Amino acid sequence: MSNLSASERLAVIRTKGRPTVMDYIPAVFNNFLEMHGDRFYGDDAAIIGGIATLESIPVTVIGQVKGRNLEENKRTNFSMPHPEGYRKALRLAKQAEKFHRPVICLVDTPGAFCGVEAEKRGQGEAIAKNLMEFMTLRTPVISVVLGEGGSGGALALAVCDELAMLENALYSSISPRGFASILWKDASRESEAAELMRSTAEDLFKFGVCEKIISEPAGGAHNDPELMTANLSEYLTEAVPRLMKKNIDELLDERYEKFRKIGMFSE
Amino acid sequence: MALEDLFKVVKDRFKEDKKIERKTDSVEIPKDLLFKCPRCGTIAYREDFLKNKQVCSSCGYHARIGYRERLAMTADADSFVEFDAGMTSLNPIDFPGYEEKVAALREKCGMNEAVVTGTCRIRGYKTVIGIMDSNFMMASMGSVVGEKITRAFEYATKNKMPVILFTASGGARMQEGIVSLMQMAKTSGAIARHNEAGQLYVTVMTDPTTGGVTASFASLGDIIIAEPKVLIGFAGRRVIQDTIRQQLPDDFQSAEFMLENGFADMIVDRKNMRSVLAKILKMHNYIKADKIPGKDEAV
Repeated sequence: MSNLSASERLAVIRTKGRPTVMDYIPAVFNNFLEMHGDRFYGDDAAIIGGIATLESIPVTVIGQVKGRNLEENKRTNFSMPHPEGYRKALRLAKQAEKFHRPVICLVDTPGAFCGVEAEKRGQGEAIAKNLMEFMTLRTPVISVVLGEGGSGGALALAVCDELAMLENALYSSISPRGFASILWKDASRESEAAELMRSTAEDLFKFGVCEKIISEPAGGAHNDPELMTANLSEYLTEAVPRLMKKNIDELLDERYEKFRKIGMFSE
Repeated sequence: MALEDLFKVVKDRFKEDKKIERKTDSVEIPKDLLFKCPRCGTIAYREDFLKNKQVCSSCGYHARIGYRERLAMTADADSFVEFDAGMTSLNPIDFPGYEEKVAALREKCGMNEAVVTGTCRIRGYKTVIGIMDSNFMMASMGSVVGEKITRAFEYATKNKMPVILFTASGGARMQEGIVSLMQMAKTSGAIARHNEAGQLYVTVMTDPTTGGVTASFASLGDIIIAEPKVLIGFAGRRVIQDTIRQQLPDDFQSAEFMLENGFADMIVDRKNMRSVLAKILKMHNYIKADKIPGKDEAV
């Protein structure tokens, strides 16, 4: 495990050249067939989804798309989905449930998009619906946080049986910028905020949010994308068949309990 | 940038409040005598405003009220039995000053956390009820809010009862880090089970229902009611304004905006709320508690 601080990890996951969903999908899966649209409003390029095979197992893959350059980012809205993106994800998850395919969600977003159109089309409702529906989805769900796991926008793809995080990924209820701007009224102190927030993979492992930390090549995933891909593949090819073997009712009870027990209070 | 402005809405409003204070100070009118509507600016005698169930007589804005007043105007007298009254927050991410802040609020508000849950009767119909109180850290959702709401739903599922939640919140509680975010999933899971058990869940969105609460249990009601003119939304108004770089219309993220866009079933005035809720319970075949003597002591 690396001994990078949270703010150093923040820098690592923002490094240009860090692999994204668009790199991982062709490298980890075969036969990927992309599916578009939420069947209500439109297609959101911030979320990619479709069916593919993992070794020989058909799976549904859903991922948040960080652009690798400005052009891609314009198209994918810097990986900040609109409601139709979350509804597309849910549609594909329901399709997976029908055909008993495991669902693999690749999380990488600063957060759900904040804008007039997103509000009009019910950003809150879209996320809420995913939380409820994924909790009872009768097929295994694995989520992997690739880089940034920003708040409700990440959680909407992270109600799962097992959450894995790449070693340098961060997952939090608010962005470090937001945290700093509320705490010190100074968004530029985000590095300091990142240290306080306890949002590294190790922190989340301790809180029972994350079950698996996938190691990154020295210095970060961008230094050796092939090794990173191999580590991710190794985890998924082990976890998917393992979860598929479980009785679905037991799996759903365990999924409920995983979230049910998180919280710290006295009475 | 994403949910980072969950609290800014609230902050903006405090700023407005301060502005209002300054104005009233300049003409030296004691503020406990008058109410100035934050929506339309109309000034009314506080006494009249209180008589009007804290609704602005000019624009109909339904002001924030504490859980005691809400309970008194919603439930049958002496019918409320509270769940988990003593539950209080710990400090999961060792956030500096969090315990002190919570302790001070407990003292000031006379309540242990931002939501009160339990059972009550509404015109004889027995229901599980939850009321969020924005006086307590803007009713942000941390471990206690998540746990109490989850337990309320689990109780209702087990006892085949409906749930009515009055929502108000600035969103997830930043001071509890990732643990606060997980409460969104936890509560939504409990609602999923209540839903699968075929029981009714009614949301009443009050001022302000925002952020992670809008993006979880507040939006999951079978029936979603909103009070007139209240703020309802996901992202902070200022974040959106910064993104689009233009002023937003006044009714943006209001109850009326939600209704128009299809995210609320109805807008109900406070004075009619009790009767509407009772009607809804009746039409979902829940039975008046006083008609089944002997089964009533279950709680």
